[in-house]
Amino acid sequence: MSHVAASDFEAGAVVPAGAGLPGRSTPPGEAAASLAAGVSFASVSDYIALLKPRVMSLVIFTALVGIVRAPGDVHPVIAFTALLCIAIGAGASGALNMWWDADIDAVMTRTRSRPVPAGRVQPGEALAFGLTLSVGSVLVLGLLVNELSAALLAFTIFFYAVVYTMWLKRWTPQNIVIGGAAGAFPPMVGWAAASGSIGLESVLLFLIIFFWTPPHFWALALYKTGDYARAGVPMLPVVAGPNETRRQILLYTLVLVPLAIAPAALGMAGLAYGVLATLAGAALLALAVQVYVRREGAAAEPAARRLFAFSILYLFLLFAGLLLDGAGGPAWFGW
Amino acid sequence: MADEPKTGGDPVDGVVLTDEQKRRRRSRSLAIGLVLGALCALFYVVTIVKLGPGVLIRPL
Repeated sequence: MSHVAASDFEAGAVVPAGAGLPGRSTPPGEAAASLAAGVSFASVSDYIALLKPRVMSLVIFTALVGIVRAPGDVHPVIAFTALLCIAIGAGASGALNMWWDADIDAVMTRTRSRPVPAGRVQPGEALAFGLTLSVGSVLVLGLLVNELSAALLAFTIFFYAVVYTMWLKRWTPQNIVIGGAAGAFPPMVGWAAASGSIGLESVLLFLIIFFWTPPHFWALALYKTGDYARAGVPMLPVVAGPNETRRQILLYTLVLVPLAIAPAALGMAGLAYGVLATLAGAALLALAVQVYVRREGAAAEPAARRLFAFSILYLFLLFAGLLLDGAGGPAWFGW
Repeated sequence: MADEPKTGGDPVDGVVLTDEQKRRRRSRSLAIGLVLGALCALFYVVTIVKLGPGVLIRPL
């Protein structure tokens, strides 16, 4: 495979800056006529799709763990308000991401049916929607919960929409490594909402998601390399090749697994969580080794697919374990 | 009435929405209304939670 140099992906070189602006993609039929007339053709479900509901569900779940594990008591209504604001903030950054990335979404099979590239939502609508929800979620969180969590949420939205989407994504193969911080902040925001502080354990929760993100996305990128190359996104397999990506996946997994066990090792979580994190970590490591070893032939892609799928389950198991542990859970879980 | 939206011609007519566009606009308006109602309820409940009975004790 011929690799594309990272320098080819300087902002504006392959994919022009200012992506997602009106007129970038030509939607078909009636939607095109609506666009020309400035009339919205968007349905409610299109706006919901702009919020990236699947990503939002993960954000809600990890933020909930942050709230539950934070020291002190928080009223359920305040906790619900915090979760709602964090979810809306995450959705807002998703909408801003779709606005900016409409041009590359249009050429990737995985994303071409999103509302903006498909022409169902105008770019300006997505931008206004994202900005309104960003400001609204941060303001409501600050007014009804506390200022620290609002500041963290604002920084998270800024980091995802500007630092990752507008800068890193098209510039460096380390895009999802650094940009992964945006996805790692929600448990910390939840923790801050419940306690008004940032504790060591919340930093640990951040680190778990931070080091989980590269193996997760690079496993996907291994079998979607063509998509990313066509879109001009310098994902690691496109720039450095699949074998280097496999090596990096393995390295990050080797850091991630002990990090995930650390809450039990440091006495923050019980033995049951420690056993769960160890077993799940062993399974993740085994799949990462398979990806590293099976480089060619028919077994290579299924290995990457298995790792990608299991990485989602792995993160869910870890945070479900921490949730049960922090909420008291079944008596047997708090060993 | 034509099914397709008018984008030009007599400026008095303006843009004529199709039935589908009208349906979608109605559903968007309904969704905005529901969200605003939910926000009002949220602010009301949080006020009660934060202030409790003290919500009625204030200088006139």
